[in-house]
Formats: sequence, structure tokens, C-alpha cells
Amino acid sequence: MAKIALRLAAFGYLAALLALPVASIFYRAFEHGVIGFWQAVAQPDAIHALWLTLLIAGIAVPLNAVFGVICAHVLVRSHLRWKRILGLLVDLPFAVSPVVVGLALVLLYGNQGWFGPWLAAHGIRVIFALPGMVLATMFVSLPFVVREVVPVMRETGDEQEQAAATLGASPWQTFWKVTLPSIRWGVAYGVVLSAARAFGEYGAVSVVAGRLAGITQTLPLYVDERFESFDLTGAYAASVVLALLALATLFSMNALARKEA
Amino acid sequence: MAISAVAPTVPTKVRSHLRSTTHESFLPVGIVTTFLSVVVLLPLAAIVAHASPGRSFWAAVFQPAALASLEFSLVASLAVAVVNAVAGTLIAWVLVRDKFRGKPLVNAVVDLPFALPTIVAGLTLISLYGPRSPFGINVAYARSGVILALLFVTLPFVVRSVQPVLTELDREMEEAAAALGAGILQTYSRIIFPSILPALISGTALGFARSVGEFGSVVLISGNIPFKTELAAVHIFGQIESGDMGGAAAVSIVLLVLSAAVLVALETLGRRIVRYDG
Repeated sequence: MAKIALRLAAFGYLAALLALPVASIFYRAFEHGVIGFWQAVAQPDAIHALWLTLLIAGIAVPLNAVFGVICAHVLVRSHLRWKRILGLLVDLPFAVSPVVVGLALVLLYGNQGWFGPWLAAHGIRVIFALPGMVLATMFVSLPFVVREVVPVMRETGDEQEQAAATLGASPWQTFWKVTLPSIRWGVAYGVVLSAARAFGEYGAVSVVAGRLAGITQTLPLYVDERFESFDLTGAYAASVVLALLALATLFSMNALARKEA
Repeated sequence: MAISAVAPTVPTKVRSHLRSTTHESFLPVGIVTTFLSVVVLLPLAAIVAHASPGRSFWAAVFQPAALASLEFSLVASLAVAVVNAVAGTLIAWVLVRDKFRGKPLVNAVVDLPFALPTIVAGLTLISLYGPRSPFGINVAYARSGVILALLFVTLPFVVRSVQPVLTELDREMEEAAAALGAGILQTYSRIIFPSILPALISGTALGFARSVGEFGSVVLISGNIPFKTELAAVHIFGQIESGDMGGAAAVSIVLLVLSAAVLVALETLGRRIVRYDG
């Protein structure tokens, strides 16, 4: 009896908070049929927004992956005194509000920011342009690869790496032939999480992007703009595209979790 | 070159140690420190520097709208933390101990808030519980709507930290307690609760830190009404839009201190940040 009650309570909570609301945007997006959905998705601004979202993730995620592996290596293998501080810095983006991240970048690279005058004199735009949006995305998706790779590296130990080194392998060879194969699923898992965050980032990017439709508008910003201009079909259609990306993420997470285990 | 020349006489362990100190550690440490400084530390330093110290800092924080937004963020996040602690433990319990068909699917759904963009999360709630709600519930532009959005985005934290502990939990203790005549509630409060408490605290705290700074999921549903539905992050966004960078930086620092305190507290508790945090 108690068991059934607990199960129903858990299901009810998940359904009311997650499943039904998510299902409802699919319903709303297709309210006017598949053609209505397609027309909303095929808007030039929507396609540009999707393309920009993928481009930003395409720059930020590989950079984070490379950095993440190096950083995990340092956190696990080195004997630095300030290692704990590095670990805390890596986790910080989880705890910083996205808006604060955006503000920080504006204060650095904006017109009145520290580097603003120098950048303006050299004709480089960071804020209201692609570089700022990439930096914002990198900040918020930074910890994922590190946090996934650290436990895997710790568990594997460094005996194989030592053996490779004694047998005359260069550090570079050791990394490619020994270290990377042993952590690859951890890296893949971190990349998936990092990409999901990069596709969906709204707060930090909205501060630095300036929301120019068709120029600096990513897909999440497009959803917001369509909603505010009362084009609900457009907002729901773009949301469905983002939700499908999220479902693909979940699917990959599950597949990878099984490979890791 | 020098290393290979002395190699035959140097024991293996020492040699690999030599190699690792001369070639391996310097470059990665330099890269990591530089990258973290440029991407994370420098921007945060800019915020601290821009919040002018002294009177104007406190004036910006104690400005009525700013204070109200900070207060609402704090109260809402505490309420969300309490609900999460209960609901998250319940869901983790059902996922570990109950048997039903389709469990892998339910398990995967729990991660949805980490994968779904926050703006979409807000839109899904408006679509079902907004002005056009099929249930006739309308939480748009109300504090309850903001709480709902915060519950949505923080749902996985407690579930994902408590779940592995429950899986590892030794059932013999519970059986022994039951055999000795303990009721369900007694078994829970004396055996299960103490074992999951550290994980419960860490999951709840991570969810709290997340909701204190939450922005994307609440912008559509809250309507951003000052003194009513405006969270601190939304308030900061408004200040940035109106060009009040000093004020925005001051409120940001309060948020930064709050979330850094939670992180440091967790770190001191000696708990690794759980695997699924987002």
C-alpha cells in the first residue's frame, strides 16, 4: 500500500513538473499541423539562429574538451600546492549566475570595460559579436569535461603511463596511446553535457549578444524574441528543435553511461 | 638527452620521476592556470573591481528594488531547497527500491532539466500552466510560477546525489531493524536517513546555489515585476540594460558571495561535487 502511494507520488510529481509541460510544447508546436510547424522553423531568422548556435558550440566545446583533459590531468596527477584552488575555480561556473557571467564579460570587453578602448582602437568587437558569445558559452560549459574525466583518471591510476614512459615513449606518445584511450568515455560524456549546455545557454549569451535578429541571435534568444512578439507558434517550433537536441543529449548520455560501466 | 645518458644507472622509478618533473608538469600547469585565469578569474575580477567599494556599494545593494529581489531569490531558493529535499529523496527511493515497467525511461526523464535549455523550460511551464492552461491554472507573472520554474531546473540535483547512496545501502540493517520491531518511520529515521544525509545535503545545496542565480527559466514566466516576481539575476539584467553597471556589479557580488560560500562549504565538507551537476 505504502509502496504504491510513494510510487504514485513520485510519478505525479515528475509528470506535473516535467513530462506534461514538455509534452505540451510539442502539442502546441504542431497545433497548426506539420506544415505550420515547418513554416515556423524554416524562417530565415530561425535557420540563422540555429546555425549560429551550432557554430558557437562548435568553437566552445572542442576548446573546453582540450582544456578539460589537460586540467583533469593536472588536478589528478600533479602535486601542486594551489591544486585545491584550481579545483574550486573549475567548479565556480556551476555556481555563478549566467547574467553575472555576461556582466563580467561586458565589464572586461565592453566599450567602458578594461580592454574596451584598446579593442575599439584596433577595430575588434567582442561584445555584441561572436567572440563575446563564444567566451560566455565557454565560461558556463567549462566544468563538465573536467568533472567527468577526473574520476576516470583517478581510478585508472598512472602505472600504465609510467610503464610507457620507462619504455621510452615521449609524453605526447604516452598521452595519445595510453592516457586518451583509457579516459575516452569520460571525455565523450563530458563533451555531451558541455554541448547540451552550450546549445541551450541563454542568460550569459543574452547579455553579451545584443539580440540582433539574424546577426547575433542564437536559437534560445530567438525563442525569447518570438514569444515577446506574440508569435507563439514560432516560439514553440524553435523550442521543439531545442528540445529534440536535448532528447538527443539524454539518449547519448544513457548510451555512454552504459559503455562506461 | 642527459636523461638517456644516465638512464642505465638510474632506477626506473627515479627516471620516470625525472621525466615527469622536467617535461610533463610544467606545460600543462601553465596552460591550465592561464586558461582559468583568462576565462574565469579575470571576468570575475572585473566585477569585483567595478563594484565601487564603500558607501555606493551598500547604497546599490540596499536600494529597495535590489534588496527586494535579493530577498525573493533567497526565500524562493530556500523554499525550493526544502521541496527538492523531500521530492528528490522520494523519487530516488522509488527509482532504487521500487520495481515497475519502464524504469529506465523514468530514470532518463529525471535528467531532462539538465539537457533542456532554460528558456525552453520556462516556455513549457507557461504552455501548460500559463494563460492558455488546459487545467485553468495560471501561474504566469506570479511568485508561484517562479517557484515552479526553479523546481523544474533543480529537480535532478537531489535525485542524482541520493540515488547512488541508496543503491549502495546495506539492506540487512533495515531488515534487522524491522525484525527487531521497528516501524517503517523508525527504520527510515534511524537507519536510512542518517546514511543518505551527506548526499542529501550536498544535492540540496547544489540546487540552492543553482536557483539563487537562476535566470533563463524564469524570464518568461515571471513577467519581471519589481518587488513581486523579480529574482536577483533578473534585477541585475535590468540594471545592465539601463546602463547601471555599478549597481549591477554590486548585486552580482552578493550573489557571487552566496554561491561561493555554498561551494566552499561543500568543499570543506570534503564532498566531491556530484557527477551530474549542471
